[in-house]
Amino acid sequence: MAAIFQGVGAAAPLSSSPSNSFDSNKSVFSPPRSFSVVRSDGIVNLNPKGRSAQRLISNAVATKADSPAASSSSKPGHELLLFEALQEGLEEEMERDPRVCVMGEDVGHYGGSYKVTKGLAKRFGDLRVLDTPIAENSFTGMGIGAAMTGLRPVIEGMNMGFLLLAFNQISNNCGMLHYTSGGQFTIPVVIRGPGGVGRQLGAEHSQRLESYFQSIPGIQMVACSTPYNAKGLMKAAIRSENPVILFEHVLLYNLKERIPDEDYICNLEEAEMVRPGEHVTILTYSRMRYHVMQAAKTLVNKGYDPEVIDIRSLKPFDLHTIGNSVKKTHRVLIVEECMRTGGIGASLTAAITENFNDYLDAPIMCLSSQDVPTPYAGTLEEVTVVQPAQIVTAVEQLCQ
Amino acid sequence: MALSRFASSSRSGSLLKPLSSAISLRRPISTDTTPITLETSVPFTAHQCEAPSRTVQTTANELLTFFRDMALMRRMEIAADSLYKAKLIRGFCHLYDGQEAVAVGMEAALTKKDCIITAYRDHCTFMARGGTLLEVFAELMGRQAGCSRGKGGSMHFYKKDSNFYGGHGIVGAQVPLGCGLAFAQKYSKDEAVTFALYGDGAANQGQLFEALNISALWDLPAILVCENNHYGMGTAEWRAAKSPAYYKRGDYAPGLKVDGMDVLAVKQACTFAKEHALKNGPIILEMDTYRYHGHSMSDPGSTYRTRDEITGVRQERDPIERIRKLILSHDLATEKELKDIEKEVRKEVDDAIAQAKENPVPESSELFTNVYAKGLGVESFGADRKEVRATLP
Repeated sequence: MAAIFQGVGAAAPLSSSPSNSFDSNKSVFSPPRSFSVVRSDGIVNLNPKGRSAQRLISNAVATKADSPAASSSSKPGHELLLFEALQEGLEEEMERDPRVCVMGEDVGHYGGSYKVTKGLAKRFGDLRVLDTPIAENSFTGMGIGAAMTGLRPVIEGMNMGFLLLAFNQISNNCGMLHYTSGGQFTIPVVIRGPGGVGRQLGAEHSQRLESYFQSIPGIQMVACSTPYNAKGLMKAAIRSENPVILFEHVLLYNLKERIPDEDYICNLEEAEMVRPGEHVTILTYSRMRYHVMQAAKTLVNKGYDPEVIDIRSLKPFDLHTIGNSVKKTHRVLIVEECMRTGGIGASLTAAITENFNDYLDAPIMCLSSQDVPTPYAGTLEEVTVVQPAQIVTAVEQLCQ
Repeated sequence: MALSRFASSSRSGSLLKPLSSAISLRRPISTDTTPITLETSVPFTAHQCEAPSRTVQTTANELLTFFRDMALMRRMEIAADSLYKAKLIRGFCHLYDGQEAVAVGMEAALTKKDCIITAYRDHCTFMARGGTLLEVFAELMGRQAGCSRGKGGSMHFYKKDSNFYGGHGIVGAQVPLGCGLAFAQKYSKDEAVTFALYGDGAANQGQLFEALNISALWDLPAILVCENNHYGMGTAEWRAAKSPAYYKRGDYAPGLKVDGMDVLAVKQACTFAKEHALKNGPIILEMDTYRYHGHSMSDPGSTYRTRDEITGVRQERDPIERIRKLILSHDLATEKELKDIEKEVRKEVDDAIAQAKENPVPESSELFTNVYAKGLGVESFGADRKEVRATLP
């Protein structure tokens, strides 16, 4: 049994006893845990690459230095920002495999609009780090064509929203060629770029494309949220034989974390247990993870014990981790940045209801962005996305 | 047209010998490789480059190979027409009859290291690249022995081992893919080229110009071939393109206009283009050709053009007839021998169809194979990782 659970290292804290169920009269809860406990046995070491233990960020806003985990300089590993982690992962893979190349707008001489490809052109040359003209449809197509011959391009959309211009290539060629050719061709591309709602970037530059791409058969989608999983997912995506879309977020590029020195990758299809708990399962990904963790602080002070899972794998969903969590807590809250209609949360709600309906004590709640184009005005933009206060209210409502 | 005669004392001798031997399914007739010099039907028109010479070198063997291959393709397409009307082929079926010279001439100029990518009118190009009739008919009928295991259909023929990259349904989308193939060839220093074929309708797609721009910037060995059959489904080229000189549309990229019904001209142009692309980057070839069928089997092909036009082209420019006349006028084979080849070819096609009809349809489990490659262990059936329903202990 324990083998199926996440966190196989220390089995004891993940109890599944029924004493954690809620009474409607009063708020019964297990002895309050200290929120700053850092679990060191986070993700199960099923990964054959032998990952070292993950260190979790216990605070919601990463630039604050009050976490006990990140302060000591005697700990192993090195500290870096998320975009540097992506760059490190990309550089290591380019060194490891000469077939890996990068193409995108301003990725070469300029160093990347978010500095993810900084220094790569100088190191690997113009044939491996390619500056393209502003022609998403064709350079995405070219990357896919090159992948058909065995190259492994990493295609960058300067903003995920621009990849809408390449939707045909991504949907029909990238996703479907392996199938329609009867298995003759694999398309080992990685399509990556920043998306999500930023700071007043306007409607067209604040798009969440995961909801548009999720129906495409044949692709995998992952969303990174910490420097650790950013580097791990980048490397795994490059090594995968399948086309992978890696969703980064504009506001997360400057997160700082200490990551291991040694080579590691993250499993593309696995979810990450951010904070184990007993009362409610909160499923989230990308930037909303931080809003959730901020809300979790408040919730813990109010006596709740939320289990926070960063689903990471948007297609396919890691229903094993999610299912085990639902089985334990019986309540699910999904917090996402996608729009309500047709978003990742909608699919996840359907998947959980279909598979784990028996374990649910309450209907699944899904908090998503409003179904509006993202407005420019800061106050309006804030209301468009889910804020920690709303998460707290939702959990309270769910746990009544 | 100046035709230099092939005058050799051994001519009659070489013809007599094979005639007496039994005609097998292999080429029985003149396999002479003595060069014959001919001229193409019309000179090439060039844009920003020097046109290649009108004079082409060929051999009896090659001409007979051309005849046989084109006859096979013609028969295959006509048979596909009947199968479609018999509802054994469903969906979309785009036939290539009339355009065979482009596929055959191109293949003669290339090696299997060079890549070809085309759109949905791909049956004959697939055959030229080494596909078998059984693979074609089985795929068209959705059977297991098809080249894409029955899961692709008429518009998705691929042959990886001979660098044939399909087979694409969305108009124009194959051209960026083709430039990507050229990029990979340059990246891996293959010294090979990519021929990306598209039609006159697709020539108006923006992604073509984008891809051409990138190919020219990065000096890629990409050859863009416009198979101009003058109709984009029902729209004639003069109604769709302000400038129907497709070979000039590359602007900074050189172009060549070729008579696409003359297999020798096609071969000459493709040889020229390959040399050019390896040294100087992308070049556009416009093949002036014609399709006898409508755009697809759902299109009668007569609402936007007259029957006279179709019969006119068939009488004056048919690629197979042209080669037949060449062979006969050079005494490389008799009329009867050519007819025998056509009979053989017809039998081959009929046999392949019979075999394909016997072939089973794909298993139900095939629905879920090849969605993902077995990369990191994903086998997808539904929303979750491994099973349609997740089971917990």
